[in-house]
Amino acid sequence: MLAIIGTVPTEGFPLISGKITLNDNHIHIGDERVAVNRGTAALIAAATKTAETLGHPAPFGYLAGDIGRGKGSLNLYKYLTEQLPQTDFQTLTFHYLQPMLDWHEHLQQAIDKMPERPTLIADAGFMYAAKMSGKAALYDLFTPDIGELAFLADEKAPHPFYTRGFILHDENRVADLISRAYTHNNAADFLLVKGRQDYLANREGIVETVDKPSEEALEAIGGTGDTLTGLVSALIDSGMTIKEAAVVAMQTNRLAGHYAKPTPATQVAEIIHHIPKALLKVLEKRD
Amino acid sequence: MSLFSFLKGKQKPGAPGDKGNVDRGIMVFENTSEVIQAENILKKEGWEIRVMGPPPEIQSGCDLVIEFPLIEELSLFRTLEKKGLPPLKIVPVSSPLLQPVELFQVKDFGEHIMVRAANMKLTVEKATGEIVNVSGGGCPDVPYLAYEMIGKTLANAPNPNEIGHTLCGYALQLAFEEVQRQCSP
Repeated sequence: MLAIIGTVPTEGFPLISGKITLNDNHIHIGDERVAVNRGTAALIAAATKTAETLGHPAPFGYLAGDIGRGKGSLNLYKYLTEQLPQTDFQTLTFHYLQPMLDWHEHLQQAIDKMPERPTLIADAGFMYAAKMSGKAALYDLFTPDIGELAFLADEKAPHPFYTRGFILHDENRVADLISRAYTHNNAADFLLVKGRQDYLANREGIVETVDKPSEEALEAIGGTGDTLTGLVSALIDSGMTIKEAAVVAMQTNRLAGHYAKPTPATQVAEIIHHIPKALLKVLEKRD
Repeated sequence: MSLFSFLKGKQKPGAPGDKGNVDRGIMVFENTSEVIQAENILKKEGWEIRVMGPPPEIQSGCDLVIEFPLIEELSLFRTLEKKGLPPLKIVPVSSPLLQPVELFQVKDFGEHIMVRAANMKLTVEKATGEIVNVSGGGCPDVPYLAYEMIGKTLANAPNPNEIGHTLCGYALQLAFEEVQRQCSP
């Protein structure tokens, strides 16, 4: 089973865990509901749609409210450190969490105590913590955008905010940035990079690229990286290899975006609606 | 002076320059929100300070510090103490600090314009100045900032540095100021 760990942007939202359902543009967990606009809720919605389409169980969620003060993230780190050793998730996806180096370390120790080591996927703030800890290689997949790839490539930057200027966020230099990230051991086994083209890479270099359909407006739409991470997480959890899952996810995310006829003002919830149709189309072509 | 123009590299009297940081100190705060508040207070009072990345030995994850002329330590401390925002600690710096990102990328979509600062992107409808999307970033205030800003105009939206709490929020402030500059007549 897939577990997704992240925060929602509501102060006072309780720390909560449980099975997720999706209804009326909201995810439901326990007695709480969260609008699917962006962030971890968008990731969860995309993963849930994917699992539903594949006939697999919905993901499990661990959520807390955090508007950037870090308290919700801290509570979640503490809770997971206690809870994870008693769980048997096959896939763990970490998302919008305040980067906290010491708690990243505690969490890794908790994961070591799980009966079997799950596939570890990290994006957003938790990916920043994983890189900064120097333990990126413990992860199976990171899902950065181009700006975050430049951060992974800069061995000195503790956060994308400090990426040095000479490491340009230039899509023409993606291969160099990937190589640099691996040279300094700041990348997971695989990198799925979202951009004008999407890339799957590993230590040997770029393994796959997907550039069709191309919708320029998607770059401006908040949450399209989150949906890609949700898709690839659910596909990996369904039993696909990381390489297979990444290619299907990249194709599906682009196609769902294309179906939404996006403008720079489109909201990601409109794209999520098209995931089932896009996924079925991609899987049909693959067969 | 705006943060943006500051980051564009104008050298102020008292800034470290080539001679190193031996005359500089840093103020460390509990969290990024406090750094942003302290920056606003000190700049309003005319102090020449810079927001920078902390040295590696005190990095904890999502940090900013305030760099200042060490000779002004007592006055600065008093200013902040009066406002109920004393720093956790003040230490001299002897090595270069991390610089916040200075590069912006601007993309023109025709009716919309998008500005990226570091990992944050802000997209605005040119005709109305309405913020239509916020994307990128990884700290938990990003979805919160997006919720608070999308659908509002540049004139009416809250400043990210007033309601944000993290480095991503700070980067969004830079994008916000740059898009305001791009959209100004």
